[in-house]
Amino acid sequence: MATAAIDAHDAHMGGEHPPTSTGLNNTKVAIWTFIGSECFFFASLISTYLIYRGRSPVGPFPHDAWTDPATGHVFKAILNIPVTSVSTFVLLMSSLAMVLAHSAVVRGDRRSSKIWLASTAILGATFLGFQAYEFTSFVHEGLTIHTNLFGSSFFILTGFHGAHVTAGVIWLLTLLFIDIKRGFSPDEAINVDVCALYWHFVDVVWIAIFTLVYLIK
Amino acid sequence: MAADHSHATLAHDAEGNVSPPEHTHPDWGTYKWVALILTVLTGMEVWIYYIPSFTKTNLFVPTLLILSAVKFTIVVMFYMHLKYDAKLFRALFVGPLTFAAFTIVGLLFLFGHLKISF
Repeated sequence: MATAAIDAHDAHMGGEHPPTSTGLNNTKVAIWTFIGSECFFFASLISTYLIYRGRSPVGPFPHDAWTDPATGHVFKAILNIPVTSVSTFVLLMSSLAMVLAHSAVVRGDRRSSKIWLASTAILGATFLGFQAYEFTSFVHEGLTIHTNLFGSSFFILTGFHGAHVTAGVIWLLTLLFIDIKRGFSPDEAINVDVCALYWHFVDVVWIAIFTLVYLIK
Repeated sequence: MAADHSHATLAHDAEGNVSPPEHTHPDWGTYKWVALILTVLTGMEVWIYYIPSFTKTNLFVPTLLILSAVKFTIVVMFYMHLKYDAKLFRALFVGPLTFAAFTIVGLLFLFGHLKISF
């Protein structure tokens, strides 16, 4: 009885699936397990950043200016909060576009699903553009992955997050290609749902990074 | 295994067949409100970053952490549908997340960034 009820619920949400021992869609169980493992991955990177925070003997520093004693060159605070705030807003809006894409597929609205999948991919690519701009400007201002502890931990943390966003954009473009080619039926909404869960996870990781790395001085 | 779907109110017809619940996921209006709230909270975070008198107080970091945690929770509950989905999914996410959070805090204690004074 319980399994029948769960199957009915999943069918309503566009997630019809063969009977399973848990009564839940195995694909969703797998993506949630993967997301759980990703929590540990990003926790290790965030804790590394936090442990090395403020322990760089030489600049540039994230929030404070620094004068190189050897050359007398003044390095201004490296983080650009206004630019990163805009890129954070872009990523948040991509999450909105993603839920609307999933909702459109569940409803069988093929025109909207294409629009929102494309919007999500474009917003994700825009975020990556902001990140590329940020990394480039940091290097021009004298901060590379080799410069100091801040540079190493910062580029590793935000770089791995950017790699996840890149994977998400590729996944979204693949879904968009399939949607344009033959379309998703509501029964296939699980394919968009698992991508959406991954995309939102990437978003929540950025919520943590934005606060811990960029805002807390 | 008896999976828990207590969140969904399932209707039965005259023959006792189960029909799907009417509203298990948020609608467009809810998603818009969530996006608006997330935008306002992000704006608040950036705004307090630019208040020098506030950044010098002991409230600055806790305020940012609380705002961030609220945003995190809203996305997970509404956009990732964890509020509406099966409890097993909640366990698969919240379990590792809690463990990861304790690991971060533990490492910060070990490396002297956090201290308890008696």
